[in-house]
Amino acid sequence: MRQHLNTLFVTTEGSWLRKDGANIVVEVEGQERGRVPAHMMGGVVCFGRVAMSPALMGFCAEQGIGVSFLSEHGKFIARVEGAQSGNVLLRRRQYRLADDPVVSAVIAGSIVAGKVANQRTVLRRALRDHGSNMAPDQAAAIDDAQRRLADAARLAAETTDLDRVRGLEGEGASAYFGVFDHLIRAAAPELRFRGRSRRPPLDVPNALLSFLYAILGHDCRSALEVVGLDPQVGFLHRDRPGRAGLALDLMEELRPLLADRVALSLLNRGQLTAKDFEWHDGGAVMLRDDARKTVLATYQERKRQELLHPFLEEKITIGLIAHIQARLLARHLRGDLDRYPPFLWK
Amino acid sequence: MLMLITYDVRTEDTAGRRRLRRVARACQDFGQRVQFSVFECEVEPAQWVALRARLVGEIDPTVDSLRFYHLGANAARRIEHVGAKPAQDFDAPLIF
Repeated sequence: MRQHLNTLFVTTEGSWLRKDGANIVVEVEGQERGRVPAHMMGGVVCFGRVAMSPALMGFCAEQGIGVSFLSEHGKFIARVEGAQSGNVLLRRRQYRLADDPVVSAVIAGSIVAGKVANQRTVLRRALRDHGSNMAPDQAAAIDDAQRRLADAARLAAETTDLDRVRGLEGEGASAYFGVFDHLIRAAAPELRFRGRSRRPPLDVPNALLSFLYAILGHDCRSALEVVGLDPQVGFLHRDRPGRAGLALDLMEELRPLLADRVALSLLNRGQLTAKDFEWHDGGAVMLRDDARKTVLATYQERKRQELLHPFLEEKITIGLIAHIQARLLARHLRGDLDRYPPFLWK
Repeated sequence: MLMLITYDVRTEDTAGRRRLRRVARACQDFGQRVQFSVFECEVEPAQWVALRARLVGEIDPTVDSLRFYHLGANAARRIEHVGAKPAQDFDAPLIF
């Protein structure tokens, strides 16, 4: 079993990353801040003005360590990629199947079914934990939404029509984000959720979600690269230049567990308050510097927690789920599995 | 699994100092220095075979020595640190 590799996050402006033997060294203003052996790293994520020596870039590419550069707010900018490797037969199979509308729809249906079912788990969990403290109309709304999600998940698992899958995903999203605000128990009006918005996020929960999705995207992309699938060619997300379609596909099932839940915890535990965000002209809301570290630390802690993988029936860390799902997808594409089993969070 | 590696390398001549540097370098590549001649290395079994072979190849067995302590997978609770320079946990969130 592959060990859970850690991710190195560099958020300090003006950091310089270099290679020393097989170590990754982080320097700030000529001072060594940290040093980690590369064999324990699965990825490096750099935020804002962070530089890296060409020797380290080459080394990471060679070792299969994913390197991403994000803007200071978590928007994807660039990624370092080494020589194309992996299994050409698997990739070719992926392209062929992605061109087949029925196969694509079935895979996309599994993915959406998983996503919607996991969204439902978030709602049911909130009802179970806090339902008694909620206003009755809010609890009723959540209960209604979780029923709609259950229907959407069931239908998505059965359909063979890609447009229908997309429609069900949209229905799920509207049911889920329609009641998402009720899950935030912090009272401050600045922390309320007013419908999903991105580019730019217009309120605090959206700013948090967008940031977490960017990090999760990096993890999913790395997981696919490790397995040898092409992260650009998706089944649910169709090809578009510069878009990692398959990474977005893989991310769908994990969003509720690894991003939405983390965002809710941060707000509900009071780890983040209005002070941790800045409001820009035009309504954009962004995370402040220190708050980014809080979010990343919580996200990483989350990835270290263990749960039972329902398909493998094996105890794994949450951080490994993306790798396992990528592997299961590869097995399905090769024909070893009849269907792609999405990750279902209980 | 966590390995604790300690060594003694005779440094009376330049060849000895060179061996010392190279042994330290090999350990550093796979782990962290926790005291002057003491390294903790978190390695997979296959990586351990490579590291061990590299270390054994570096030293002069007539005058130098290596000691390997297998701390296993559940090592964190077997280690207690008091005083300056605590070791870094490479599995914890790494944010710089």
